[in-house]
Amino acid sequence: MTPEALTGGFADAPVQSAHAFRAALEALSRPATIHSLHGATPPEPLSVAAGVLILTLCDATTPVHLAGDHDCPALRDWITFHCGAPLVAAQEASFAVGRWEALQPVARFAIGQPDYPDRAATLIVEMPELSSEGPRLRGPGIDGIATLSLPESAAFIANRGLFPLGFDCFLTAGASVAGLPRSTRVEDV
Amino acid sequence: MYVAVKGGERAIDSAHAWLAEERRGDLSIAELSVPQIRAQLALAVNRVMAEGSLYDPDLAALAIKQSRGDLIEAVFLIRAYRTTLPRFGASRPVETAQMAVIRRISATFKDLPGGQILGPTFDYTHRLLDFKLAAEGDAPPAAATAPAGLAAVPRVTDFLNRDGMIETEARSDATPPDLTREPMEMPSQRPLRLQALTRGDEGFILSLAYSTQRGYGRTHAFVGELRIGMVAVQMDIPELGFAVDIGEVELTECETVNQFKGSKTEPPQFTRGYGLVFGQTERKAIAMSLVDRALRWKELGEENIGAPAQDEEFVLMHADNVQATGFLEHIKLPHYVDFQSELELIRRLRADVFATQEAAE
Amino acid sequence: MTAAFDTTARQAWMGLLARAIPARLEQLFPDLPPHDMLRPPEVGAVMVQGRAGGTGQPFNLGEVTVTRCALRLASGAVGHAHVQGRDKAHATRAAVLDALLQTDAAAPLRASVLAPLEAEETARRATRAAKAAATRVEFFTLVRGEDQ
Repeated sequence: MTPEALTGGFADAPVQSAHAFRAALEALSRPATIHSLHGATPPEPLSVAAGVLILTLCDATTPVHLAGDHDCPALRDWITFHCGAPLVAAQEASFAVGRWEALQPVARFAIGQPDYPDRAATLIVEMPELSSEGPRLRGPGIDGIATLSLPESAAFIANRGLFPLGFDCFLTAGASVAGLPRSTRVEDV
Repeated sequence: MYVAVKGGERAIDSAHAWLAEERRGDLSIAELSVPQIRAQLALAVNRVMAEGSLYDPDLAALAIKQSRGDLIEAVFLIRAYRTTLPRFGASRPVETAQMAVIRRISATFKDLPGGQILGPTFDYTHRLLDFKLAAEGDAPPAAATAPAGLAAVPRVTDFLNRDGMIETEARSDATPPDLTREPMEMPSQRPLRLQALTRGDEGFILSLAYSTQRGYGRTHAFVGELRIGMVAVQMDIPELGFAVDIGEVELTECETVNQFKGSKTEPPQFTRGYGLVFGQTERKAIAMSLVDRALRWKELGEENIGAPAQDEEFVLMHADNVQATGFLEHIKLPHYVDFQSELELIRRLRADVFATQEAAE
Repeated sequence: MTAAFDTTARQAWMGLLARAIPARLEQLFPDLPPHDMLRPPEVGAVMVQGRAGGTGQPFNLGEVTVTRCALRLASGAVGHAHVQGRDKAHATRAAVLDALLQTDAAAPLRASVLAPLEAEETARRATRAAKAAATRVEFFTLVRGEDQ
């Protein structure tokens, strides 16, 4: 294990993870709002926001899939040391991290079962940037209409069609995060 | 109509203050310390650790002090505390064959290798109150010692295994289900049942085990071996790439040997029930092994005679005393609105009945 | 900087430090050298597993409290500790020693810390084993019947 893998975690895990959890909860319950996450300095190419989410949400019982460039030794070691999360293939993952292109095809991720819809994957989509310009969103937690820079619309429309099954998403860029739960309706534009 | 009621706050604060005062009791009597509870009420501590499902004698002793000796309340405190802890991972399965035994007996073989070691047991006491203990200050005489090695003692079931007289346990390294993380699913596998039983209420498991002895799902059990002692806890540390001992725990293990005449799928042989419990908790471990065996009727192709101990849903869903006491005791909390509707229903039914009677007359 | 050691030796000292009585460890090694925390001491739980029948399928027995810590000494040596209980000072001290024992400072520490811990642990185990041995039943069989 590289020495770099041992650094960059939370300095005060109980407090920092509680703040981060609150922000993640806000992001998912108010889709398209953008929040910031701090406290971790993960190795490249993982963003700060995605690193904080992984430290906060993942442990030995949540298999993680690293997609594309994110599947590198530095990141594998960092997650192993700081979370103890097993690194797995896409189909077995509770969490998957990577750029949108690398996560394709998203149909391979777990969408839950009718009696346990919670057994679905959460995708952490690393974006070049995150802004409020993009497709129109409606649904629970949105007062009327909101907009968010999504990598595409079709995949999210298809995912909404599976409701109450389907995957949930966090979109991350730098220290910013936005949530896109499976309940959100994305309008095709 | 729903009417929100406020105003209990001051009463609750006063009740808590009085509770704290009552807990401490008479100030002219020395306060009980946590180390005293840990050292001198060790079997209560063990029970709280086993049913609280968290091995930490100091915490269990503190919980007993705080709960004024109400052990189910203490278990509740431990369960609440453990939910605040991050889970670092799972240990390797403990090697009970390597146990440093302080007690090890067999009811099936008199002259077993390693011998019958009684340990610090109540078994041969006369159950007469010892009034000398009411007088404080005397240290008991030191326990006798005899030359001993530190080698592990072999398992009784291993001798029987050699002749094929007893079923063998299929070894696996499958990740077991964890009822603290995922809801229990029925029909259940044995690992899930064993987890529910080891953390279940001692009284409930004891009574179920007793019911099998009295004929409600008889399993013809003998204690093949009962052993108590310390066992190393070893965990794989991902960042190191190897396993290390992170500590050691005291465990009680009971293996029953059960007569079995065979079934459509299995030959006549001895079958096994298993109990493994945190701490020195012998009654619980024996009871667990009997209930485990009773619940195995399906996989052994035995008949279901409808006994409570054979009904996994009945056993697993009612074994947890924190769940049980939570649901039981909640009915004493305010149900004013629910009751109001019941009251109105009964009044209306009575009015209807009286009206019909009057009309008939 | 790094002295020669193998994994087995490291497993042995990490286990010994984890099982040590915290107060005794502090007595044997009171002053900690400067170090940077990689993972500040953190209290958590580890699920202990057993096996059905002692040898069969694994099952979850219950959790045990554990404190873990990882740190780096000024020399660059990295130490890890996972110790039973909730004593953060114990975990820190065990991690510092784990780091030092991988360096040239190991030999004196083996003598001043590991050797006494090991001797005391063996003595504690021997005492319990000796008390247990005194409760071993020595059956004697009475000869009955005619055909002696």
